[in-house]
Amino acid sequence: MLFPAVTWLVVFFVAPLFIVLVYSFLERGTYGGVVWQFTVENISRVFDPLYLNTFMRSVYIAMITTVICLFLGFPLAFFIATRPPKRRNTLLLALMIPFWTNFLIRTYAWLTILRTNTGLINTSLMSLGIIKEPLPLFGNDFAIILGLVYGWLPDMVLPIYAALERLDWSLIEAANDLYASGTKAFMRIIWPLSLPGVVAGSMLVFIPSLGAFVTPAILGGGKSLMIGNIISNQFLAAHDWPFGSALSMLMMVLMLMATLIYFRSTTSKGS
Amino acid sequence: MISASAETTASRIARWQARLANFSLSTYGLLGYLFFYAPIILLVVFSFNDSRSTALWNGFTLRWYGEMINDEQVILALWNSLFVAVVSTAVSTVLGTLAAMAMERFTFYGKLAMDALLYLPIIIPDIAMAIMLLIFFNLSGIGFEPWRVELFGIRLAVPYSVIIGHVAFNISFVAVVVRARLAQMDRTLEEAANDLYADSWMTFRRITLPMMMPGILGGALLAFTLSLDDFVITFFTSGAGFNTLPVRVFGMIKKGVTPKINAVSTLMLAASLLLVIISLVARKGGEDAPVDLNL
Repeated sequence: MLFPAVTWLVVFFVAPLFIVLVYSFLERGTYGGVVWQFTVENISRVFDPLYLNTFMRSVYIAMITTVICLFLGFPLAFFIATRPPKRRNTLLLALMIPFWTNFLIRTYAWLTILRTNTGLINTSLMSLGIIKEPLPLFGNDFAIILGLVYGWLPDMVLPIYAALERLDWSLIEAANDLYASGTKAFMRIIWPLSLPGVVAGSMLVFIPSLGAFVTPAILGGGKSLMIGNIISNQFLAAHDWPFGSALSMLMMVLMLMATLIYFRSTTSKGS
Repeated sequence: MISASAETTASRIARWQARLANFSLSTYGLLGYLFFYAPIILLVVFSFNDSRSTALWNGFTLRWYGEMINDEQVILALWNSLFVAVVSTAVSTVLGTLAAMAMERFTFYGKLAMDALLYLPIIIPDIAMAIMLLIFFNLSGIGFEPWRVELFGIRLAVPYSVIIGHVAFNISFVAVVVRARLAQMDRTLEEAANDLYADSWMTFRRITLPMMMPGILGGALLAFTLSLDDFVITFFTSGAGFNTLPVRVFGMIKKGVTPKINAVSTLMLAASLLLVIISLVARKGGEDAPVDLNL
């Protein structure tokens, strides 16, 4: 029964993964493609400050996005989890609709809002005479982070909600009866018990943010780039496939590390 | 006396504190949902704007929808999207369901590796998967030739590579959803069927399959949605000249913002909304549907 699915994944997933690994050690061809000649030049180029900076910036943007999502998402999950069950279902459904909406469209919506001269915010503020010069809302890290937070916030809220929903609220009543302050009850009971949701949500936000391609392509205005755009440029414009492969291998190594940390932290909790 | 009145004051303060906390939490929740919905609502509103601007309202029009319907490229992209989604959903639902059953019901050598293999396409970023597939199709020379079909008088030429890529990421999602359903299924009914001398096919057909159905439908709907929504993998695996709706929209955005993009976006938004409703109805039906015990 496994055979068809496994065959499909081995041929169209594992083999391509392996080829990318091999490609990162080959020399580039003149018009795209490769020359079958072993080299470590691509790997060393990845650590060129030019590219390493973009890498560090992408990690930084992904981390900021994750932290903001956590700070915005936790109270929102808490809000949903503390409503009566019927309201809770409605609120969850209301969260699913933006969640199921196409990512590209959600990013485009922010483009129409943030654009420098013709965006909604700057046009409104300028026609009201509040500002004279358009605010720098677009084509920078701010726009990218806002787009990523908007795109992935539901991925943070849902796992935290799932953890909070299972929480035994009588524990908190007990804490209150024992004169624990609200902060103490939160730190000692709510936070530790919601930690699996927090960790899962953080992974679900961090990984796609690190590999973001659409958001910086649309909201970065061609200036603010992330590693996903550098990789795609190697294939669409620069025709340097081996280097693009090397970059994506490094990206995958970073993700793998994040995932391993995630599994470590969840399994140690379980024991 | 004194301690009693102090007690009342303290409890009054506590009550007001609790009310204040609840009020600020509700306000926060409201703002949170406003943050989710405001951009989407603005997007829809300006698709009806009688001006090229997506920032200043100038009266109602359906002009942009008219332009959308008359744009052959958009209509072709819509059909391409639907075709890719239907075919890849059908294939990945069958493969994913079989894999889920094998993983949930049997123990075998190398199961952990299978688990990892099934989870990897979910956690890997789509840009990485996209370039992996691009290189693979280029190197192997398969996949870029189109599958030619004619649907309702519209000629489609869909590269196999796109469908293959969509199936590759959808198998895992279907498998996860179906497995979750299998894991929570009550197996006593199957045992009862066996005790009543139903053969394994009969048990599967009359008990296991109907009970799995909500999971299979849920997985298929998720696959369909993911396929319709995918931009990155399609963009990189399609070769030149093939558009699905998201790829077309991306191309339009790159050329400049117009309310026509808002109109296409609104159409896609309506499709997502429809899919959410269908999935809700399917889930409800799944919970209520009695298992056919008429052996």
